[in-house]
Amino acid sequence: MAIEVLRAGAPRAASRRRRIVDEHVAAYLFLLPAAAVILVFKIFPAFFAFYISLFRWDVIQGPFRGMDNYLDILVANPTRAEQFWRSLSTTVTYTLLTIPLEIAIAIAIAYLLFGRMRGRGFYRTLYYLPYVTSTIAAATAFEWLYHPQYGPLNDLVGLVGVGRQDWLGEPDGVFAMIGSAFGAAVPAIAAGPSLALVAVSLMSIWHYIGFQVVIFLAGLGGISPEYYEAARLDGASEWQIFRKITFPLLSPTTFFVFTIATIASLRVFNQIYVLTNGGPLDTTRTVTMLVFRTFFQQTQLGLGAAMAFLLTLIILAFTLVQFRVLGRRVFYG
Amino acid sequence: MASGTLARDTLRAPARARSRGGRLPRGTVKHAVLIVIAVLIAYPFYFMVTSGVKSFFEATGRPTLWPHEIHLENYVTAWNAAPWSRYFVNTIFISIVNTLGELVTAVLAAYALARMDFKGKAVIFGIFLATYMIPDEATLIPNFVLMSRRYLNLADTYQVQILPFLATAFSIFLLRQFFLSVPNELADAARIDGAGHLRFLWSIVLPISVPALITVALVSFLGSWNAFLWPLIVTNHPEVRPVQVGLNAFRQEAGANYNLLMAASTFVIAPIVVLYLVAQRYLVQGVARTGIRG
Repeated sequence: MAIEVLRAGAPRAASRRRRIVDEHVAAYLFLLPAAAVILVFKIFPAFFAFYISLFRWDVIQGPFRGMDNYLDILVANPTRAEQFWRSLSTTVTYTLLTIPLEIAIAIAIAYLLFGRMRGRGFYRTLYYLPYVTSTIAAATAFEWLYHPQYGPLNDLVGLVGVGRQDWLGEPDGVFAMIGSAFGAAVPAIAAGPSLALVAVSLMSIWHYIGFQVVIFLAGLGGISPEYYEAARLDGASEWQIFRKITFPLLSPTTFFVFTIATIASLRVFNQIYVLTNGGPLDTTRTVTMLVFRTFFQQTQLGLGAAMAFLLTLIILAFTLVQFRVLGRRVFYG
Repeated sequence: MASGTLARDTLRAPARARSRGGRLPRGTVKHAVLIVIAVLIAYPFYFMVTSGVKSFFEATGRPTLWPHEIHLENYVTAWNAAPWSRYFVNTIFISIVNTLGELVTAVLAAYALARMDFKGKAVIFGIFLATYMIPDEATLIPNFVLMSRRYLNLADTYQVQILPFLATAFSIFLLRQFFLSVPNELADAARIDGAGHLRFLWSIVLPISVPALITVALVSFLGSWNAFLWPLIVTNHPEVRPVQVGLNAFRQEAGANYNLLMAASTFVIAPIVVLYLVAQRYLVQGVARTGIRG
């Protein structure tokens, strides 16, 4: 009996080893197509981007410049540095114009839509529609909605006594415009974002709101109904319930939405490209627009890559935060 | 999972309804607010579609809410004013190849990561995870250089719009997550029956993963259909130009004929709107779960 086991054991071990080898070969073959694509078009380019940023690189590779491209953008070259910092400030302004409002509206909508109600599916379907629509086509429609002569928006604001505006061509700050409408002079520092940037932001809010509503709805679904029941038994009002229960318990979702919305706004390109192309007077030229102009229209690839690298670092910081949140989220499992 | 939470929120609805018993005006106010928002959201679409059928004079006159005359022939005029059939063929072809390619690479990789044992699994998974964090902006310029004549010489081709998108970390993760949830008993039973990995994957894992596969396919298709910046910089000729870049070119070509431009915008978004209405559930779920693409 013992001999039998021994005899049987040897070939079994060999076949087991063969099976492990086979499993390895198969696994690597399975991974190969995806790994090849990601290696060539994602991992290699990430390093190549940094390499390009170290050179003067017009249409073709030029002399090595070390960190000079970065220095030029940040401080050394007055024109470039001014453009870069201004585009960064425009991006931050755009973010501030869109995200707080988006989040506030989306939470309100999600709160209204939550629970069983008639037409819930209809509202959700409609609100989400802009998010799947091509931003190029949507921006093309907005471009004409905003048109100073043919666009209906001017007629609409005319109803409440506001004069006709050149929505996408107005470089003046909105606070300055409001101020001058009431005869008050607003100092340049408080002029606010250009009307064009506000107009672009409005389209972005329209585009993203449904996406956020869907995430907030999922977040609301994660809050245990017992809290509400207990609060109602204690006679809490709807507003108290929202402020003391819903809002705090929703905060992980809010934080998650905040990070992904910030990443999206750091990357905004299509709407601005169609609506204003960075104008008027560069007041809507965000970092991605500046990267595009520098690398594509001025064919300064080295400088463009350096700017893109700096932008990537900022995006990466937010992505890492988002990752940590995502990792902890229950409903993403 | 998102569907679980959605199911739960309908469960808690009765408690809300009861607490509000008899206070009808509240519901009315709620609907009023939601309808106002619905109108604001729908209006740009309405503007696009109605402007698309207006005559040139009406479109460039005082804005009208409802077109006085309906000129459906605008669609034909717009369609013939640019090589739209070429653009659509290009985009449909590119989107389908991208979607199928992404499905194949993701299914294989996700299966290996979820259900096979091999050395370096954790490291490979970590690398995929890291690439998930690299934004497209970071790879735009180097890939542009890579595709130029000096290197791969693929500018102005279909390949340039396909190759970089044949695999994404996003779809690998989504599918891996799904494959992990396949019960081990099924794998054991398959092994006892002598089925290899490919056979187990094909006849057991894939059929039960259909919802996840649809989600990955839709997100990928939507991404390809709406792609703009990359094709804008790597294509030059109408022969390989996708619809979004074609629409951008048409913006210049149409000039003040914005009724035609709106007609063109309408047929550019129409296929996606239809797809969305048909397969909403999967799309919304997929995008909501990751928040990355789209």
